[in-house]
Amino acid sequence: METYIQIIANGLMLGALYACIAVGFSLVWGVLNVINMLHGSFIVLGGYLAFFAWAQLGVSPFVMLFVVAAALFLLGFLIQYGAINRVVSKPVLLTLTLTFGLDLILYNFMNVVFEATPRRITLDLGSLGIGEVMLPYDRLLAMLLALAMTGILYWVLRSSRIGRAIVAVRMDRDAAALMGIRVNKVYAITFGISAMMAGACGALMAVVYPITTNTTGLLLGKAFTICVIGGLGSVPGALVGGLALGLIESFAGTWLGAQYAILIGSLLMLTLLMVRPTGLIGKRGYE
Amino acid sequence: MSTSAKLPARRGLRPAHFVFLAWALLLAAMPFLADNYFVRLATFVAMYSALALSWNFIGGYTGYPSFATAAFVGLGSYTGAVLQNAGAPMVVAWVCATLFTGLVAALIGAAILRMKGHYFAVGSITLIEVLHQVASLWSSVTGGGEGLNVPILAGGPDFAGRVFLYAMLVTMLLVWAVTLWVDRSKLGFGLRCISQNEDAADMVGIQVNRYKTAAFTLSALFCGTVGAIYASWVSYISPSDAFSVLLTLKVPAMAMLGGLGTVYGPIVGAAAFVLMEETIWAHFLDYNQAILGVVIVLLILFLPGGFLKIDYRRLWRRPLPVRPAASVTAGGEKGDKAEKAAAPLATFAREGRS
Repeated sequence: METYIQIIANGLMLGALYACIAVGFSLVWGVLNVINMLHGSFIVLGGYLAFFAWAQLGVSPFVMLFVVAAALFLLGFLIQYGAINRVVSKPVLLTLTLTFGLDLILYNFMNVVFEATPRRITLDLGSLGIGEVMLPYDRLLAMLLALAMTGILYWVLRSSRIGRAIVAVRMDRDAAALMGIRVNKVYAITFGISAMMAGACGALMAVVYPITTNTTGLLLGKAFTICVIGGLGSVPGALVGGLALGLIESFAGTWLGAQYAILIGSLLMLTLLMVRPTGLIGKRGYE
Repeated sequence: MSTSAKLPARRGLRPAHFVFLAWALLLAAMPFLADNYFVRLATFVAMYSALALSWNFIGGYTGYPSFATAAFVGLGSYTGAVLQNAGAPMVVAWVCATLFTGLVAALIGAAILRMKGHYFAVGSITLIEVLHQVASLWSSVTGGGEGLNVPILAGGPDFAGRVFLYAMLVTMLLVWAVTLWVDRSKLGFGLRCISQNEDAADMVGIQVNRYKTAAFTLSALFCGTVGAIYASWVSYISPSDAFSVLLTLKVPAMAMLGGLGTVYGPIVGAAAFVLMEETIWAHFLDYNQAILGVVIVLLILFLPGGFLKIDYRRLWRRPLPVRPAASVTAGGEKGDKAEKAAAPLATFAREGRS
């Protein structure tokens, strides 16, 4: 029994991080109608920034989180404003290839500057033991922060002026433009928020997992899968999808072996894409 | 037949055919003209031309953003390698790999072609990941992550180099011939209709699913051949090599560089791409991918139609407007309404004047 609780706890701790990964990706896909191949690299970039700040300057990753978030927001905003906005309404072949090309540049840059050796921030905070179940404090903290960030994003989209503008553009771009919303600016801000979430999440992931540039594709794949499980463009969808994927991987890893986790996730996603492409709780809008 | 009236009226022998055949002859003559480095280069040109032409069926004519090229190249190379290791003669292994890849593609295509747009793109990328994982995990057949050795062709490197060059060239010519046929046939007409408006195509009686599956199968078939030949050529394959995501991006980029949905665009694009890769990128090994990325970004932003869609006559007559996209962005700063109004007008003005 304890083992099951442990598996579920691991799955939920993983899933919260996954949700945080996917929520920005889902936002960009939903609002801009662009599949952002840069997302995995944004996460790893955030992780690296947090790692080097910790290793060389001794800054706690939980503080660095905010710096990373601000830096990635700026990077995302500039990329969208300078490049992607030019083709944002073109067919998916062009937008996807463009972000793929941008991703190659960022990936290559990270490989040269940071090198691909796996790095992890080890905090050794001990762990919380409830019976046989062990919950390491660093993971727990990462999970809570990831959930908090997702919650803040949800609140921003629901209640703030810019959030409503994003939702309005997502619902109907043309009508939003007629109401005086500057669509290009909203696009750039949306992309910036997505990059910000990815970077912050990368900083949290560096506390739990080793960060290496080799995982960019893997992380991107997870974002795909979660979006398809949960449905596009809704924060609750990404949360449900992330937690579901975390649990699935946790169980698949225990029962079948960790090497099958990716295969199971991919197959699940392909099946869902064919059967129910709107996701399990997919719906339009962000309300 | 009523549709034939609307088919492109390019039935006769065009100069482009002769240019292409001369190009193929030049590639074929490479072993007699230059050393092994150029033979290898010619083999790559033929290989990527075949891949770009294959991708053109689904991505160019049908307009479906498929990123599954690497999945089928990998599948073909594994099938070929496993068969060769089981004792099948090389050419038999290639043919079987081709047929097997085509069969798998037809089955997968029937399933995933129900998706459209972004979902199809994501689905096709996932396909690579699934096959990659299967190849890594099914170690009793595929050798797992350690990869698979393929028997080296006897007869020395010069002889082997020629064999693989001619194998790739024959594949390229085969895909070219099929492309010519599709371009002129009812199938090509139907695919272009699907690309323009799938629902309307369905309404006028084109069997959309059958056409799309045919295009997808055609796009995979020769990827299987190329993969199997490639496996014999390099005589070692591993999951991450065979199912390379980079390849899956390069091939559509080549087709776009030349021009989508044309017979010669992919060939021009592939040749230009490989030559660029060898002449420029080989000198900056650390920045290989970044330069590829920059090329792709510039291509998408400034030359989305490819080389063959540039109006070269107008290029001579007067200078092209500097960065047509810039006017749109400039309008965006004054508000989106202005931009929206300006964009079609700007296009109209450009088209109207020429």
